[in-house]
Amino acid sequence: MNVLSTGSQALGKTAQPKKRSQWADVWRRLKRNKMAIAGLIIFLLLCTAAITAPLFYNFDTDIVSINIPNRLQPPSAQNWFGTDEMGRDIFARVVWGSRMSLFIGITSAAFALIIGGFFGAIAGYFGKMSDSIIMRVMDIFQAIPGTLLAICIAAALGPSVINLIIALSVSFAPSFARVVRAPILTIREVEYIEAAKAIGAKPRTIIFNHVLPNCLAPIIVHTTLAIAIMILITSGLSFLGLGIQPPMPEWGSLLAGARGHIRDHSYMAFFPGAAIMLTILSLNLLGDGLRDALDPRLK
Amino acid sequence: MDTSSDSNVSNLALEINDLVVEYRTYEGVVHALNGMNIQVETGKTLGLVGETGAGKTTTGLSVLRLVPDPPGIILCGKIKLNGEDILAKTEKEMQKIRGKVVSMIFQDPMTSLNPVMTVEEQIAEVIEHHESITKEQSIKKAREMLELVGIAGTRGNEYPHQFSGGMKQRVVIAIALACSPSLLIADEPTTALDVTIQAQVLEMMKNLREKYKTSMLMITHDLGIVAEICDMVSIVYAGRVVEHGTLEDIFDNTRHPYTEGLFNSLPNLADRKTKLKPIKGLMPDPSNLPAGCPFHPRCGYVLDICNKEKPQKIYRTDKHYTECHLYSSKSMVEGKVIGR
Repeated sequence: MNVLSTGSQALGKTAQPKKRSQWADVWRRLKRNKMAIAGLIIFLLLCTAAITAPLFYNFDTDIVSINIPNRLQPPSAQNWFGTDEMGRDIFARVVWGSRMSLFIGITSAAFALIIGGFFGAIAGYFGKMSDSIIMRVMDIFQAIPGTLLAICIAAALGPSVINLIIALSVSFAPSFARVVRAPILTIREVEYIEAAKAIGAKPRTIIFNHVLPNCLAPIIVHTTLAIAIMILITSGLSFLGLGIQPPMPEWGSLLAGARGHIRDHSYMAFFPGAAIMLTILSLNLLGDGLRDALDPRLK
Repeated sequence: MDTSSDSNVSNLALEINDLVVEYRTYEGVVHALNGMNIQVETGKTLGLVGETGAGKTTTGLSVLRLVPDPPGIILCGKIKLNGEDILAKTEKEMQKIRGKVVSMIFQDPMTSLNPVMTVEEQIAEVIEHHESITKEQSIKKAREMLELVGIAGTRGNEYPHQFSGGMKQRVVIAIALACSPSLLIADEPTTALDVTIQAQVLEMMKNLREKYKTSMLMITHDLGIVAEICDMVSIVYAGRVVEHGTLEDIFDNTRHPYTEGLFNSLPNLADRKTKLKPIKGLMPDPSNLPAGCPFHPRCGYVLDICNKEKPQKIYRTDKHYTECHLYSSKSMVEGKVIGR
């Protein structure tokens, strides 16, 4: 007993009281990456704009009401981004459009993560038959290009926000399943998983407490990049008329509306296009930064 | 003899009889265990000694029914834990046994802790699994366990990477003992630690074993640790026990040439001029074991019979036996070797 107590004192003294979790480390490394922080700030600003838009604009009077005398005005102090052929303020419509684009992008990524992550985790952890069946079904889905699949589903179900989210989640679930499955395959062989089994932990506890938290890094990176691609596809589908329907503004449908005026009033296309580009860029920068920050080998 | 063996049975924390475990891979069948026999008496410590690949860890994993499947298959044999047949249990029942009745300390403390959970959460996890108590109570108990293994309880909210190797192994031991299991399987618990820390951890395990009256299966290749902590010793070679006896039997009345070889491989501090005599050759490939006695290609006393017949158990006392053609029941007692 004597040995134990002196041992405890010795160890207690050398202990540094500072508590530093893995995530604090990640944040410290992410902060060093200026581009990633720029991406994060831009993305957060866009999100803030999207969330607070109803405080500054009234949907009925500012976004969709027609004001013909004021049509096709170039950018000015009054209308920062100019006005469209119905005399509506393009700045207000771009801001309002971000609500749609970001909402659909983030929600679809979340659903794709839940669906794909669930099946990927089962396939990776249990292996054998469940792995073969799930991954072959995912392979079939992946044999069709994601955008094309989304177009097919959106065309079949008809254009609406819900259908768009369904189309995007279904076409992206397989890529999430792969991203979740791969690290699980390596982590399920690690000794602490065996140790968890040896204390009588159930498979559910092992997956949620031990496996998933340890393969979050690639999942987070993939989710960030997937949101970017989904926003892009949302805009693409709306541009084709399969997504958000006018008069509801969405970046893709704003671009589609500007097509006829692109030679004489190019600002109408420029601003929604710039908004799309800025969002995708910020998310890609953030995703790349997270990839580096989450990789322990780059410490 | 019958009555004494009956009373023995009730006194055994762990009994493994004729256990055969194979790993079936594409390259062929790996015979990991070929009729393993071990017995751990309640409150005692059995040392399982052998080279890498002898089947020591597979034995430990079999008791928890955690032999990786596929490719591992427990082909036949019996495993009895406190008299109960482990191989007849369902997976649900096994989950209640693991960590509560029997727990295992793994070889490498660096990898057997989850890097993203605090150490107290990891100790509390096993308590929550087996006892119906609240989260706060289990965390409190986890901190008490930490104090018990010599780590300040306030460090419980730190992560494994903030601990040194010796302290991580203490945490692993705290997890293993948190539900006071009746049997503790320690799979080379000090191999990854340096010598001074080894001594501390061994000393602590000895104290805790006495405090909790835990039976122990000590898997090791270090005869020093065996001398330090074990009551009984089983020497394992190619998935079988080749010599078994009390600590004194094995150290003072060494019989099997393999056991002798293990002792000769130890450096002798008192006599630094003598050269080490390592056992020549390597462990046989377990997917292609030699016929007869599996040790015969490396044995210095090899007889004609050795590559033809498997040796039978020869007893010196009712506790000390060896499986070797060199001995008859008479020469086993005297310690003389046939043909030498």
